[in-house]
Amino acid sequence: MTSAVRFQQVSRHFGQVRAVDGVDLEIAPGEFFAMLGPSGSGKTTCLRLIAGFEQPSAGHIQIFGETADGVPPYRRNVNTVFQDYALFPHLNILDNVAYGLMVKGVGKAERMKAAGDALELVKLPGYGARRPGQLSGGQRQRVALARALVNKPKVLLLDEPLGALDLKLREQMQEELKSLQRALGITFVFVTHDQGEALSMADRVAVFNNGNIVQEGTPQDIYRRPKTRFVADFVGSSNVIAPELMAALGGEKRWASLRPEAIRLAGDGIEATVEHASFLGAATRLGVDLRGSRLHVMLPAGAPVPDVGTGIRLAWQPADIHYMDDAA
Amino acid sequence: MTALTISNAKTSILPGRSGFFGRMSDVFWRHPKLLLFLMLTPPLLWLGIIYIGSLIALLLQSFFSIDDFSGLVNYEFTLSTYAQLLSPTNFDIIIRTVVMAALVTIASALIAFPIAYYAARYAQGKWKVLFYLGVMLPLWSSYLVKVYAWKLILAKEGILTWLFEKLHLAWLLDGILNLPVVGGNSLSVSYLGTFIVFVYIWLPYMILPTQAALERVPGNLIEASADLGATPGQTFRTVLLPLALPGIVAGSIFTFSLTLGDYIIPQIIGSSRLFIGQAVYAQQGTAGNVPLAAAFSVVPIVIMALYLSLAKKLGAFDAL
Repeated sequence: MTSAVRFQQVSRHFGQVRAVDGVDLEIAPGEFFAMLGPSGSGKTTCLRLIAGFEQPSAGHIQIFGETADGVPPYRRNVNTVFQDYALFPHLNILDNVAYGLMVKGVGKAERMKAAGDALELVKLPGYGARRPGQLSGGQRQRVALARALVNKPKVLLLDEPLGALDLKLREQMQEELKSLQRALGITFVFVTHDQGEALSMADRVAVFNNGNIVQEGTPQDIYRRPKTRFVADFVGSSNVIAPELMAALGGEKRWASLRPEAIRLAGDGIEATVEHASFLGAATRLGVDLRGSRLHVMLPAGAPVPDVGTGIRLAWQPADIHYMDDAA
Repeated sequence: MTALTISNAKTSILPGRSGFFGRMSDVFWRHPKLLLFLMLTPPLLWLGIIYIGSLIALLLQSFFSIDDFSGLVNYEFTLSTYAQLLSPTNFDIIIRTVVMAALVTIASALIAFPIAYYAARYAQGKWKVLFYLGVMLPLWSSYLVKVYAWKLILAKEGILTWLFEKLHLAWLLDGILNLPVVGGNSLSVSYLGTFIVFVYIWLPYMILPTQAALERVPGNLIEASADLGATPGQTFRTVLLPLALPGIVAGSIFTFSLTLGDYIIPQIIGSSRLFIGQAVYAQQGTAGNVPLAAAFSVVPIVIMALYLSLAKKLGAFDAL
């Protein structure tokens, strides 16, 4: 089957800066794909390469089997939801949503109906006559989504679309985006620096660092088996254990990760001191000192919480230790 | 424990402000409207009395008439001065000026847009400085000097004729000068010459507001438009132009009204036919017909009011 998006050794250099440096990537049709990474890791440039705002300095991009080299953004059946929505301030909401159909020459009655339907899809029916300035951030975000979806894109690109929303709204939008994607079957490519967002929504995640993909896989994969120290650090709150400590604890002398919820308190475990305890609701997170290293331990709700400063004993299953590369 | 020894010093949450200025700033802080009042009153008085007042005085003058025999102003309400304004000679002056102002405005907008677009979208650092310098530099030298310089450039023996000859394009210049109405003996005595100099002199007033408006158009709107399938031409028509329109209209207010009122450029460069500014100058000076001069000055005001209401109706200020 042809990939929805395919990168072959794609690079994008800005002068000396290698924003994207030799990326290989395949995104399957109908997939919810997340590009996760810190700012400056190249994820947004990759998105802009798919949209056509940037052209690769080297390598090739294919969209549904067709080469995208030298194809301008307005000739690609790909639409973008911009980070700050980029709604046209001089048009009302309905005209904003109908814009893509208008420039393609769709008749007025038809495009207004399609725009109205798209607004209904994002749960903003009846908002058509308003101006973007009169809507809240969350509503503008839905309009931006409707404006992209009304064109029936083959690939929908989302550039940190939830970044500006507050937590409650963000969680709600995450669920809605996910169910929308399932219902429409459109390939979503989602750029974010929020690991929780990437893991909760995506079918597959690519973790970016320094212009390249460090690891690619399902959220479970990335979370349970981070390939490098960078991934373990960036994705999730995993404990990263240095080789020296690992050797002293009787393991291999390599970098390892250990999830906080895999550690339990046990009478016959390794000695540690509680330095910090924070109540998170569903669990309590302890910061403990284990032979000079700070580890986190997640205690399920209901378990007795030891006082700060007391000694405890920690244990875990050997299978929960995951070794990884030192590379960034 | 040295950090705590300050408690011996005289401390207070509300240390007293001493001096006149200290107390003044406290008063202003507590009464922000007082400060606003003090700042706005002088300019408002200036605008209200000196400017609006003289405008009304002028307007009143236009409703008086002049006694043809004595040459004295007859202070009785009459519309005869306005009737005079519509006499063929005077009406010609109005039409000539309005058409010239409109053409100058359109040409300025066409020339200014690419320059302003480049400056707003691409110019950075020293190129931006160079842009501002290039646009503003002509404003540093005297207006009269520039107009006379243009007289020399456009004269029959001037540099432009010479250049056309060197390029073996003298036939082109002659062809242009032979055109009816706009042509003439040489560029410096033709409507075309007047037009060229008007455009040159007022161009900065069109470039700067247009550039300011384009600067405020976020770059991602252009990208969003392309992303939604609009070709660059469509993006220009449906996004860039509507958003830049308030700036272009602001610039056109300058170029249009400045051309309507100018009396020096058409006097130095062009056919000797009068423009409104020259008519006002002649009527209130040599002819001593202040009411007619006043009636002539009312024309640009009325035209600008019509122009602005039309621009508003067409939605030029919707993006503000």
